Amino acid sequence: MSFLLPFLKIDKTVQDRIVPPSGFTAQLTILTSAAMAFLAVFALTLSLATGRLADRWAGELAQSSTVRISAPIAQVEAQTKAALAVLETTPGVREARALDADEQRALLEPWFGPSLPLDSLPLPVLIDVKETAEGYDSESLRLRLAGEAPGAVLDDHTRWRKPLITAANRLRLLGVVSLILIGGVTAAMITLAANAALAANGQVIRVLRLVGAKDAYIASAFVRQFTFRGFSGALFGAFLGTVAIALLPDAQTTGGFLTGLGFRGYEWFWPFVIPPFAACVAYGATQFAAKQTLKRLM
Amino acid sequence: MIEFNNVAYGYGGQDLLTEISLSLAPGSFHFLTGPSGAGKTTFLKLCYCELQATAGRVQLLGKDTRNIARDDVAGLRRNIGVVHQDCKFLDHLSVSENVALPLLVAGKSRDETNLNELLAWVGLSERADALPAELSGGERQRAALARAVIMSPEVIIADEPTGNVDWEMSLRLLQLLVELNKMGKTVIIATHDMHLIRQAKSQVQARVLRIANRRIQQAGVDL
Ligand SMILES: Nc1ncnc2c1ncn2[C@@H]1O[C@H](COP(=O)(O)OP(=O)(O)OP(=O)(O)O)[C@@H](O)[C@H]1O
Ligand SMILES: [Mg+2]
Repeated sequence: MSFLLPFLKIDKTVQDRIVPPSGFTAQLTILTSAAMAFLAVFALTLSLATGRLADRWAGELAQSSTVRISAPIAQVEAQTKAALAVLETTPGVREARALDADEQRALLEPWFGPSLPLDSLPLPVLIDVKETAEGYDSESLRLRLAGEAPGAVLDDHTRWRKPLITAANRLRLLGVVSLILIGGVTAAMITLAANAALAANGQVIRVLRLVGAKDAYIASAFVRQFTFRGFSGALFGAFLGTVAIALLPDAQTTGGFLTGLGFRGYEWFWPFVIPPFAACVAYGATQFAAKQTLKRLM
Repeated sequence: MIEFNNVAYGYGGQDLLTEISLSLAPGSFHFLTGPSGAGKTTFLKLCYCELQATAGRVQLLGKDTRNIARDDVAGLRRNIGVVHQDCKFLDHLSVSENVALPLLVAGKSRDETNLNELLAWVGLSERADALPAELSGGERQRAALARAVIMSPEVIIADEPTGNVDWEMSLRLLQLLVELNKMGKTVIIATHDMHLIRQAKSQVQARVLRIANRRIQQAGVDL
């Protein structure tokens, strides 16, 4: 951190020197703020990447589902008709269409090869259901299908897609919680450091008061110091974190979650929010600490 | 300017000062004497709101100091310049920065020509960039006086301003305070230096307040 110090020493108005600099504490504050910003970049990537993942899975799967008719041969046609009739009058269903033999073959080809004797197999009829953006209520649809076409089974993919999306959303939540914790720890750390500085400078505060300084003025002297430390540390940490993220391998199209960890497009803007945010946290924490201390010191 | 109405003060239970009623007129010049430990510094602290009277009423520049808001205390102190017995500088700032400190905290711009004139007036032009710790006792007290008057306050309070200096320098400092009084400022000086008081009386209408038996006796013009 010491190479940062010359840079930190450029502003030298008396205003900034009213509170004597405390080399060691100042460096610790900057260092902690930098470390927290570095971690924040990762927590941010985690929530953004998992958020993206959850949205993609939900989006890809939500719009389509299938109704399968498995009934005795004699009833298949009647039940297919009944099911289609039900689907057509279901709000939230944009299109419902029974797959013909060719389509079924195309669907099964990857699994069984091109020479599948479809006619000789007792395959169920598949109805492809496309939803509108709002979607349908799968529970009531299931009930109605059970009444009109007992052999119809609605497979809306929720069964296997839900846990995945839940997992992704949990991860996103963890990322957000980590961000909040990082913010909280930063605030606590700055409060402690500011309290130490205020306690160590009791004599300075006394003299300032004797020459007619108002509490707001005294507080601002400390607040300026710590806001600057919080900001400069976070700037440094966020920069390192962002570089580290940028150096991660690119996401492949087939890539799983890990290679998708990173920022996309406008998301690169987020790391830049960290230093100003750290400055705000430092500002608030020091204001709070100063107000408490100055009230106590009569 | 400063009005005490049956004021008492004690540091813990027992009164150090009691039944103090007096009124210091604008432009007056007062000495405050009494044996060491009699409560001179304590009395002066009541005069700039460093302490709150335990009984009675203290009015400073027309303001009642009972339950006074802290920002109002700051406002009062900009109008009451104080030379503290132990000077009270910020040790990490230079002499000129310390002298200009009241301007800084009041948000006023520091006028370099004025500051230089003031430093010359107290004979510290050469030492402007020194740190307070590098000053001699007398230099510290002159710097403290410069700081006390830089806001051009109505009242100037000096606690033992000649405590650390030789006779020569005492006269110089007295001279500075007399000049301020001639400019219409109210001046209060705590001292036990009777020579100084006698010297002052040849120059201004100075009254002497003496603390004895926990009370203040006004000794009149001719002590
Ligand atoms: N903060 C304090 N707490 C308790 N007692 C105090 C405090 N300050 C001063 N005293 C006591 O009050 C008495 C008066 O102190 P003060 O400083 O007013 O005396 P003084 O007249 O200015 O003396 P000197 O001429 O030595 O400066 C002394 O006995 C001192 O010990
Ligand atoms: Mg004293």
